[in-house]
Amino acid sequence: MAPIGICSICSMCDNAQMEVKALKITDLHKTYRSGPHALCGIDLEVEEGDFFALLGPNGAGKSTAIGIISSLVNKSSGKVEVFGHDLGQDPEGVKACIGLVPQEFNFNQFLPVEEVVLNQAGYYGIPRQLAVHNTEESLKQLDLWPKRRVMARELSGGMKRRLMIARALVHRPRLLILDEPTAGVDIEIRRSMWEFLQELNRNGTTIILTTHYLEEAENLCRSIAIINQGHIVEHSGMDELLDKLHTQVLILNLKERLEHPPILEGFEIKQRDGRTLEVEVERERGVNDLFTGLSDQNIEVLSLRNKQNRLEQLFMDMLDTSRNGDAS
Amino acid sequence: MSRYRSYWTAFQTIILKEIVRFMRIWIQTILPAAVTTALYFIIFGTLIGERIGEMDGHKYIDFIVPGLILMAVITNSYANVVSSFFSSKFQRHIEELLIAPVPNWIIICGYVGGGVARGIMVGIAVTLVSLFFTNLEIYSYVITFLVLILTSILFALGGLINAIFARTFDDISIVPTFVLTPLTYLGGVFYSIKMLPEFWQQVSLGNPVLYMVNAFRYGLLGASDIPIGTALIIILIFILGLGFISSHLLERGVGIKT
Repeated sequence: MAPIGICSICSMCDNAQMEVKALKITDLHKTYRSGPHALCGIDLEVEEGDFFALLGPNGAGKSTAIGIISSLVNKSSGKVEVFGHDLGQDPEGVKACIGLVPQEFNFNQFLPVEEVVLNQAGYYGIPRQLAVHNTEESLKQLDLWPKRRVMARELSGGMKRRLMIARALVHRPRLLILDEPTAGVDIEIRRSMWEFLQELNRNGTTIILTTHYLEEAENLCRSIAIINQGHIVEHSGMDELLDKLHTQVLILNLKERLEHPPILEGFEIKQRDGRTLEVEVERERGVNDLFTGLSDQNIEVLSLRNKQNRLEQLFMDMLDTSRNGDAS
Repeated sequence: MSRYRSYWTAFQTIILKEIVRFMRIWIQTILPAAVTTALYFIIFGTLIGERIGEMDGHKYIDFIVPGLILMAVITNSYANVVSSFFSSKFQRHIEELLIAPVPNWIIICGYVGGGVARGIMVGIAVTLVSLFFTNLEIYSYVITFLVLILTSILFALGGLINAIFARTFDDISIVPTFVLTPLTYLGGVFYSIKMLPEFWQQVSLGNPVLYMVNAFRYGLLGASDIPIGTALIIILIFILGLGFISSHLLERGVGIKT
């Protein structure tokens, strides 16, 4: 998959060359009629050109926030600006800047692939000739061109996901929002999607991603916000966030079987089985002392890995803190 | 790219999508009306009509032609929008339009335009069928086409409102079955309201379909129970009312946004 360059209808708008935030959310509230407060006054900023992760457990408010930004959900109060366009004052300006890849398939399953994308271009007001060109380019870049005459319902799950990405890109949006784009997609397609999105981002498209694969967020994104129970509990750069991780747990695979876990000062070591150790390492300490200590005891390490993805570890800690805070 | 030019492109896309949709399944969308109307002509026009004689100074078969054409137009304009808009809600591809920079009035015009296109195509098909049974001489082309289009618009808007509120497929069949069909049958398609007792004549005046059928009959035959001006004003008032309601419903996101 090769990415598409920036050439959006939005780039023709007044704010195209201005230095503005890709997304600015201020005191956004959403209360559904059925009762729950889905968003309790969130503030969020995404810089132009960023690759931004919006994470949170199920029901945290991610999809509601995305729904409001993309005009699928009515906000209760608050302000949303996309590239300087106020959603309340100029919804069409906001919409022109955004491409949305939703969580669930929402295209007409009874249309050929090509028509799904062409129609979307038409809704964005792209003249027919340019729409045909953009559709061909988008489908080729997502490896769907050979399937252009196939009915959308006949595509595999991975192809349907790619079709939604192609459709979202047909008007060359400046801000691409992906709501769990790789859910249910096999690892090969997921990795090719990652490469595609990274290249797209390098070419200037701002990307907001929600995902349950924290490894995906850690690998792709430069900034992150964590939302829980309608509140933003963390909003920072990915590196700054990972710096907050004080300890990490490493899994070591050993060459020789051990009867008892070794004792090393400053490290908490548990034995999982004869050839596997679980070691908690403080961030400041690093792993050199660990390997030196093990080497001194003639313990040879074949490989090591993190027990948990670093972001996952932080994510769980933050959610716990957030829940405990609410409880107290 | 000017904003209005892109609106025009969006409108063209919606209406073209709608026309392609109902033409793909023309056996279900265009043909049934022609077959049903042919049966009406055979039974009510030829077999029973000859025993009825004249109505309002016209042969009975000539008298029922305008009503039968308009009945098909009403049913199909309504059905096209209600089924298309509801299925786009049901399959969630209405979201494609909601996220695009398309104002609600363009969405309304696009869907209504699709309904009008089907209504007119069915109207043409039924008119062609009627030529096998009667010599159709149009009294006023302007009134005929004006009423045809305005009636299509009105019922397409009705279909849109029905689809906005509908939550299940049952909800899109209740109104046509229990409201639209009785109103149409009692709207003077098969008889002149002058035949009714005074009380029922007054009751009939509350039926909006009566005004459309009579206005259309005026366009085709030059005969009507209702003054043509009154009929056109009533139709326009309904269009404006339903247009305002559908615009308001879409603006609030009723049935399509949370």
